[in-house]
Amino acid sequence: MHPWVGAGPEDRRHILSELGLKSIDDLFASIPAGVCVDGLDLPPAKDESWIRRTLGEMASTNVAMDSTPCFLGAGVYRHVQPSVVDAVLSRAEFFTSYTPYQPEISQGTLQVIFEFQTLISRLTGLDVANASLYDGATALVEAVLFSHRVLRGKRELVVVAETIHPMYRRVLDTYTRAAGIEVAVVSPGTDGRLDPDTIRKVAGDRACCVAIQSPNFLGIIEDLPQLATAAHDCGALAVEVVTEAVSLGLLTGGGSFGFDVVCGEAQSFGVAPGFGGPHLGFFTCSPKHLRQMPGRLAGETVDEDGARAFCLTLSTREQHIRRAKATSNICTNQGLMALAATVWLEAMGGSGLRELASSCLARTEELKRRIAAIGDPWRIAYPHSPTFNEFLLVGPASGIELVEQLASEGVLAGVPTTDWGGSWPDGLLVAVTERNSAEDLDAFVAALETLS
Amino acid sequence: MKRRAIRSEPLFFERNSRRVRRQGYLLPTLDVPEVTPSEVLPPELVREPDPHFPDVSEMEVVQHFHRLSQLNYAVDEGLYPLGSCTMKYNPRINEETARLPGFACLHPLQPQSQIQGALRLIWELEESLKAITGMPGVTLQPAAGAHGELTGILMIRKALEARGEKREVVLAPDSAHGTNPATATFAGFRAQEIPSADDGTVDLGALDSMMDETVAALMLTVPNTLGVFEHKILEIAELVHSRGGFIYMDGANLNSFVGRALPGLMGADAMHINLHKTFSTPHGGGGPGAGPVTVSDALLPHLPVPKVHRGDGGFELQWEDPASIGQMRGFYGNFLILVRALTYIWSLGAEGLRSMSDVAVLYANLVRHRLNGAYHLKFDAPSLHEVVFDDSLQTRHEVHNVDIAKRLLDYGFHPPTMSFPLIVHGALMIEPAESVAPEEVEAFCDAMLAIAKEAESDPELVKSAPHDTPVGRVDEVRAARNLKVTWTPEEET
Repeated sequence: MHPWVGAGPEDRRHILSELGLKSIDDLFASIPAGVCVDGLDLPPAKDESWIRRTLGEMASTNVAMDSTPCFLGAGVYRHVQPSVVDAVLSRAEFFTSYTPYQPEISQGTLQVIFEFQTLISRLTGLDVANASLYDGATALVEAVLFSHRVLRGKRELVVVAETIHPMYRRVLDTYTRAAGIEVAVVSPGTDGRLDPDTIRKVAGDRACCVAIQSPNFLGIIEDLPQLATAAHDCGALAVEVVTEAVSLGLLTGGGSFGFDVVCGEAQSFGVAPGFGGPHLGFFTCSPKHLRQMPGRLAGETVDEDGARAFCLTLSTREQHIRRAKATSNICTNQGLMALAATVWLEAMGGSGLRELASSCLARTEELKRRIAAIGDPWRIAYPHSPTFNEFLLVGPASGIELVEQLASEGVLAGVPTTDWGGSWPDGLLVAVTERNSAEDLDAFVAALETLS
Repeated sequence: MKRRAIRSEPLFFERNSRRVRRQGYLLPTLDVPEVTPSEVLPPELVREPDPHFPDVSEMEVVQHFHRLSQLNYAVDEGLYPLGSCTMKYNPRINEETARLPGFACLHPLQPQSQIQGALRLIWELEESLKAITGMPGVTLQPAAGAHGELTGILMIRKALEARGEKREVVLAPDSAHGTNPATATFAGFRAQEIPSADDGTVDLGALDSMMDETVAALMLTVPNTLGVFEHKILEIAELVHSRGGFIYMDGANLNSFVGRALPGLMGADAMHINLHKTFSTPHGGGGPGAGPVTVSDALLPHLPVPKVHRGDGGFELQWEDPASIGQMRGFYGNFLILVRALTYIWSLGAEGLRSMSDVAVLYANLVRHRLNGAYHLKFDAPSLHEVVFDDSLQTRHEVHNVDIAKRLLDYGFHPPTMSFPLIVHGALMIEPAESVAPEEVEAFCDAMLAIAKEAESDPELVKSAPHDTPVGRVDEVRAARNLKVTWTPEEET
């Protein structure tokens, strides 16, 4: 017997006798003997205290980001986490329900998705947002395949900025290889920003999209209006990837400058770092391309009495209806993470989000000033390029070595660029958020001075 | 029958209509000099404040979501017999372990010395899933079942490339989940349907004639979407393998045979496992899930990177491997979902996992026994964890499966999966799962039987259902015709 199995031995006997069977084994008679086993090679059941202790010990061998001043970013950020977010997420009405296929008993989930779509759409400046995708990397993949579909598969080249998160580009490579789509990578200029003319040259008249990230992998803010124009000059769709969604609290989303797709990762909106997942991919586009959009979508309608109601819509794009002709094979999405983002954003409010983003900016600028004041051997790789809350720091050793050395000074100083390759220096990506107090900055600076 | 006090809730954007400043959260004090954004950022890129993004107090936020929650049905409320989705109990201890700070507040790019516990968890779950499937390799990276399918099919593609073969076709039965053909297309193959035999399983003769040198793989759900085991599985695998193809097994229905049979013995080359089905991680209103893929020796070299290895000095991540298909998503998968699944597997243990499947199958057969006759059973083959009826006895009274589903809402139950599989017209696919008490399954059967009677005596009552839900029957056609997918303030329309 086990508490998670609803029927005890007497219940089972009772049901078996109603079915006219002697043993549960009879119910499995249709499975050929050649594939059967008698039980599993796994340990016996464990009680809650054992589980709590064992997994607790396992977790405590990790170094949590909260345990020490932490400047890790590169696509995963530590922001404030209002207790209301987890309180709402822990409501069984939300976390134990499934995809709202029955709108009459799912208005809670559906309205949350509708509010999520609206919030994301207002932030990116594009009128249509879907209900979520797996993560930022797969959102980029979907954006590229979307562009390929919108241009009816006539353009087989994808132009991708080198300053899109290298891991996103690796994931993209996996999919484009299978789809037979060619990828051209454009390196940034000496200021870490993309040059629109280089984009024009590489894209020519063969590209279905030009994908860029802003703030880019180096933390630098790109010239969005110029890049959108460059993509459109080549007849390609312009795709903006955002990996630090909080930047949208202060920076205008690409949709307002003509980008056709703005997509990326919204983990920053109240989703735990969680060693990389579950996170929250988002995807926004213009209404004219709505039917090519991947993923689920909630829409407003009415019930039989004319009262406002919501339901999933345009499911004719999806795999359970269109099967082999679907826009994507996505089925399960990141619904609960979209709920987290919705609660988080609504708790922040429009003014609060702006204030929070401004706080990130102020702390980042302060740390940059103080590092510049130390000077040699520390140097900000692109000192004249605008950043939001992250920058590339170069020091007296490789990024990987710096991480270890600064960790021994008690600071999780950043993510090394050492193993990613790229046309930028080997250093540390340093992310500063509203969670980094003045004391954290002091600790960071003191650690650098020790290594100077 | 329930009567709900809360039937609607204004949108967030309709709150604080005077658009005054309120505070929903107190941010950490700014203890560094303030910066004017337009002085350090390109001024043309700095956002104007959005007057339609309201500020509300914390309690407004809590009330808003509390009220919205009251409009939802959930597993904790009652039976959720959505066929093929395995809506079982989501144990609370899972939620506790997934929130341990050493897991939840861990950055994926920390040095390996700081993440040994996380890598160990991945390794332990990998070992458990190998034992459960009898297959030698696994990746935990895929974010969902469909993502696992794609991962598996790309590995098959890579293995064919390594053999220097180009095969263009992926076969799947006409009873398959829509994700199967969608995945095949997404991975660059042509999807082809195999007809089912009279008992709903794969027609071996049809497979024999379709299985040629152009076929890369057969995608097979075991047991199939009728809840029927492919009793000729060994012949099928032998046929496919002998002609150079691979078997992709859709593990969506794994809940029916854990501890009873091993996919490794069935000839599977790749199989995804929906952790949010069989291994109890919550469905979360649509996700997140996780779709690990187990593989045979033939596909072992092609597993996605990064891979976790156990070395002398601890656990290590391998990022590069030329034989690998590459990386399928960011980082290492939906890690906190993996924590929940391992918690579940360890809690149940070998015996518990087997009894999980035993009772899941027992309950489905109880439903079948009680409803047979009142509802039509198109395929009479033995059921495992789910049973598929149709509405052909009710359509005589112009009552369709959708009406039956909506009427079930009045009785306080979530309806079965409808109109799937495609080989059963007007399908009602019922999967009770093992966690509820037998009385709950019986109460569901009673409701279904009562509806069958109503369909004869008072069909209008069923056709006009639901009568007791927060909103009445929702006009889904209108939603698609007058598309409105975001709230828009009046001055922007």
